[in-house]
Amino acid sequence: MSTETVGSSSPAEQTVTPFDPERRYHLHPRVALRPEPFGALAYHYENRRLNFLRAPELVALVESLDQHPSVSAAFAASGIDPRRWGSFRRALTALVASDFLVAA
Amino acid sequence: MTDLIINEPRPDDLVLSQAKQSGLATQMKQGLDAPICLTWELTYACNLQCVHCLSSSGRRDPDELTTAECEALIDELARMQVFYINVGGGEPTIRNDFWHLLRYAVDHGVGVKFSTNGSRIDAQVAAELAAMDYVDVQISIDGADADTNDRIRGEGSYATAITAMEHLAEAGFGEFKISVVMTRHNIEQVETFKAMADRYGAQLRLTRFRPSGRGADSWHELHPTDPQQRALYYWLLDHPEVLTGDSFFHLSALGEALPGLNMCGAGRVVCLIDPVGDVYACPFVLHDEFRAGSVRDTGGFAHVWQESERFAELREPQSAGACASCGHFDACQGGCMAAKFFTGIPLDGPDPECVLGHGEPLVQAATERPQGSDHSFRTSVQLTSKPRSAG
Repeated sequence: MSTETVGSSSPAEQTVTPFDPERRYHLHPRVALRPEPFGALAYHYENRRLNFLRAPELVALVESLDQHPSVSAAFAASGIDPRRWGSFRRALTALVASDFLVAA
Repeated sequence: MTDLIINEPRPDDLVLSQAKQSGLATQMKQGLDAPICLTWELTYACNLQCVHCLSSSGRRDPDELTTAECEALIDELARMQVFYINVGGGEPTIRNDFWHLLRYAVDHGVGVKFSTNGSRIDAQVAAELAAMDYVDVQISIDGADADTNDRIRGEGSYATAITAMEHLAEAGFGEFKISVVMTRHNIEQVETFKAMADRYGAQLRLTRFRPSGRGADSWHELHPTDPQQRALYYWLLDHPEVLTGDSFFHLSALGEALPGLNMCGAGRVVCLIDPVGDVYACPFVLHDEFRAGSVRDTGGFAHVWQESERFAELREPQSAGACASCGHFDACQGGCMAAKFFTGIPLDGPDPECVLGHGEPLVQAATERPQGSDHSFRTSVQLTSKPRSAG
C-alpha cells in the first residue's frame, strides 16, 4: 500500500539497476500508457505512481525501446534531433529509477 | 525546455506538486482526454446523516444505476484508461452489489479507493480487503473523540469508525486512509488525528469543509475561524506527509504554496459521477449549474468528459474578476469554485474563506444561496423543523 519517493535511499531503491544506454529496455509489464495531448500519462499498477511523459516523441521512443538491441540504437532510429538527446536520456533515467522501464 | 518526465507518487490524492513547478498545470487546465481523479458516488443511501454531507445523502434514489449499468461504466473507464477511481456515497457498502463491483473494477484494471463510515468493515471483510490488490480504504471520522465526532456524524459513529480501523490494522491491510473534514471543533485536534493514524499504520487525510449539500446549512457555524485556518496552514507545511486532496490551496495566499497542484481541477482533471449517472465538475458541486451530462446519454461518460459544453467552459482561461488586483491571485487562484457558489459569491469573486478577508463581507451580503439536490431522510428534515418542547 505504500509509495516510495524517487531519489530516496530506501532499501527498496537500492535494488534498481542504474540506467545503461547500451542495454535493451522495455516498459514494465504492469505499466499502462494513456495518450494525452502533451504526450502520455503512464501508470504503474504495482508502485501506483503516475508519470507524465511530456513529449509525443518521448512516448514513441519509449514504445520503440524493446525493438532495438540498445537504447543508443533506439535513439539512432528515432529521428529525434541529437541536440535534444540529453533531455530524453534524463527522462529515460527517471523512468528506470521509478521502475517504469526495466532492462531486458 | 522543462523536464520531459514528471513523476507523481499519489495520483489518487491529486498531489501533483512537481507538475505545478514544471508548468504542466497550465496544460492540465485545458483538460485531459480522461480524468485523473474521478469520484463515483455509488448510492445516495446512507445509515448516517452527517450534518456536513456534501451530497445530502440518506435515501437511496430509485433511479440509481443498476448493477449492469455500473459494470458497463467500469468497462468504459477501463477503455479510457482511468487507472484509479474514488468511490463514495452515501455509504457505498450499503449497496448489495458493492463487493461485486469492487472486484469487477479491480479485475478490469481500475483501482478503487472507497470512502466508508466503517459500519460494514468487520474482521472478515477487513481480511478480504487486505488480500485484494489495487484497493484502498478510507475511513471517515470527524472528531478525535466521540463527543466531537458524533455531534457531526451521529451517535455511535466514532466507535464504529474506530472499530473498523482496528479490524483493518489487525488484518494487516497496510496503509489505509483516515479522512477528516476540518471544522471549527476538530481543527485543533490535528495532532491527535496524526497520532491516531500512526497508531493504526494509516495515512491521515485532512480535507476542507465545503458548503455543499447539507454543509450549505451547517457551514456558517462550523467552518474554521480565520486564526484556525492560518494555524492549519503552518501545520500542513510542517507535515507534507499528510494528504489533503489539494483542498486547501486557498491558504497558499499566506505565503509558501502548500504541496499540490494549487488550482481548481473541476472539469479539467477532476469530475464526479453521481448515483444516477449524472456527471458533475467536481464532488462538491452537485447542482444543475455544474452538470455536464449523464453516463446514460448517447456516447456515455467519454462523450460527456470530452464534448460537454459545461466542461469546455471550465477549461477556458478563467477571469480573475474581483481578485485581479490582488497580489496573491497567482498563489490562491481565487480559491474554490464550490465554496463560492454555495455561499452566494460570484465565481470570479474571492473565496468565502479568503485569508485576506475579502470573502467574508460577500458571504454576509449574499441574498441568495443556491440549493443542490437533496436525498436527506424526510423524517429528519421534519425533526429539525419541529417546534422545540419547553422541557
